[in-house]
Amino acid sequence: MKAVCWMGKKKMEVQRVNDPKILNPRDCIVRITSTAICGSDLHLYDGYIPTMEKGDILGHEFMGEVVEIGPQVKKLKVGDRVVVPFTISCGGCFHCSRQQWSCCDNTNPNARLAEVLYGHSGAALYGYSHMMGGYAGGQAQYARVPFADVGPIKIESNIDDDKVLFLSDIFPTGFMAAENCNIEPGRSVVAVWGCGPVGQFAIRSAFLLGAAKVIAIDSVPERLRMAEEAGAYVLNDDDGDIQERLNLLTGGRGPDACIDGVGMEAHGSVYDSVKQKLKLENDHPYALRQAMRAVRTGGTLSVPGVYSGFIDKVPFGAAFGKGVTIRQGQTHTQRYLRPLLDLIENGKIDPSFVITHRVPLSKAPEAYETFCNKEDGCIKVVLDPNA
Amino acid sequence: MASRKGLAPSKIVVPGNKGVKISRAVTIRKPADALYAFWRDLENLSLVIKHPVTIRNLSDIESHWSVSAPPGDRRVEWDALIINDEKDKLIAWRSREDSEINNAGSVRFEPAPGGDATEVTVTLEYQPPGGKLGALLAKLSGEEAGQQVGDALRRLKALMEVGEIPTTDGQPVGEPQRKKNQ
Repeated sequence: MKAVCWMGKKKMEVQRVNDPKILNPRDCIVRITSTAICGSDLHLYDGYIPTMEKGDILGHEFMGEVVEIGPQVKKLKVGDRVVVPFTISCGGCFHCSRQQWSCCDNTNPNARLAEVLYGHSGAALYGYSHMMGGYAGGQAQYARVPFADVGPIKIESNIDDDKVLFLSDIFPTGFMAAENCNIEPGRSVVAVWGCGPVGQFAIRSAFLLGAAKVIAIDSVPERLRMAEEAGAYVLNDDDGDIQERLNLLTGGRGPDACIDGVGMEAHGSVYDSVKQKLKLENDHPYALRQAMRAVRTGGTLSVPGVYSGFIDKVPFGAAFGKGVTIRQGQTHTQRYLRPLLDLIENGKIDPSFVITHRVPLSKAPEAYETFCNKEDGCIKVVLDPNA
Repeated sequence: MASRKGLAPSKIVVPGNKGVKISRAVTIRKPADALYAFWRDLENLSLVIKHPVTIRNLSDIESHWSVSAPPGDRRVEWDALIINDEKDKLIAWRSREDSEINNAGSVRFEPAPGGDATEVTVTLEYQPPGGKLGALLAKLSGEEAGQQVGDALRRLKALMEVGEIPTTDGQPVGEPQRKKNQ
């Protein structure tokens, strides 16, 4: 089959590789019908995630048709149409029993690597470094899906791939980010840093959960426009002091909740760029710092943006001094599949609004470059594995 | 020293100042009796020890172990004797006197707070083959025994909690790894 392989920093390659096989009794094989490039894939592309190896198959947003099942798969059948969540979870550990799917104990065969850096390992992810399990990803024509009865959600209706594909990651990720804000319907003001795909879903989810006002911050005009279409008040980061403008928009209180939908590669601080280049710091927490200062006293900071290592000059005193609640982590994707599919099927939201580019899988390397450079109005790329 | 009924006599096989001591713990969401029963049939342990190992039960309390070990991946073999056995709580063993690799260890099963899981604690002591040099080589080649025990406990946990051990061995991969793996 064809698959997108990581070949080093800023270097992707479409290769012919072996088709996946069932390796464990609870696996299934999915023939992929749609797959996407995630903003978090750019952290891999830019070489900021440790324990990548040349030849690793990327991709963690995919869906398709079940073509083979292992002997212990009970619920899924060959022919079922499924969306696969990016977090691989066993369904039987302490965390899975509490719906903390991204903390699963039993899916990372390389947990030892994660323990060195993090103390303990969370769930494995598709196509996201050896430390996170080393599983081959879904920017390919087929994928092996472990714990087939635990992760994938079956799509019974004939709704388009475009509308349900993002259940795999960015819609649940944006939704959890908003849910983590403890929104009081009709009262809460939520500020969102980063209007990439996750930010866009966080904005819409905050409105779905009843936010009185959503303020979106970015510096890319088409992203701000897309946020405005959702009803957000938009601030261009290049137009002056963010904190001052947020205070003016919130009667001086500051936002009740701030979402850092940017993560470890935020632009805007020379200090971090220099340190990152010198390998003294691997994450840029520019958005995080702004959000920590801007959030109101007793407010909430929600972090869906990805951090992987160490960060400097984080104003922890501001968070402490204001009694800020911090909520973060990889998405407990499986928790949101059913309720968000219901929202989609009931017409409350159509996630396909975010798609700006469709390209054949064979053109993935060029698409990574376009997405990374935010060229051509690129916000979300969907790849066709059969083209 | 007198032995308990049906068990081998306990005996110091690894003098305190000569051995490497390892302790690792894991919490498994299964009752102690199930975990004890799995462990008590020692041949089961070859399912969770990642390093190639052959374990053969010789009697209820005697087993024969064979592993490859540094330097140079030669086979190291020994007989292990169970010296303490408390049903659903504890199993302790030691190697037969004058084994090539003297070792002793125990596994303890204790209920975790909350009542739905068991804390499994393994303690091992051994005299590394090849003396201190052997221990150093083992450490450098990433085969350090503490990691092996940690890996085995994680694999035991997955096998007991969900019936399989996570793996990516045999999955598709691009060049240059593909060539390297074949």
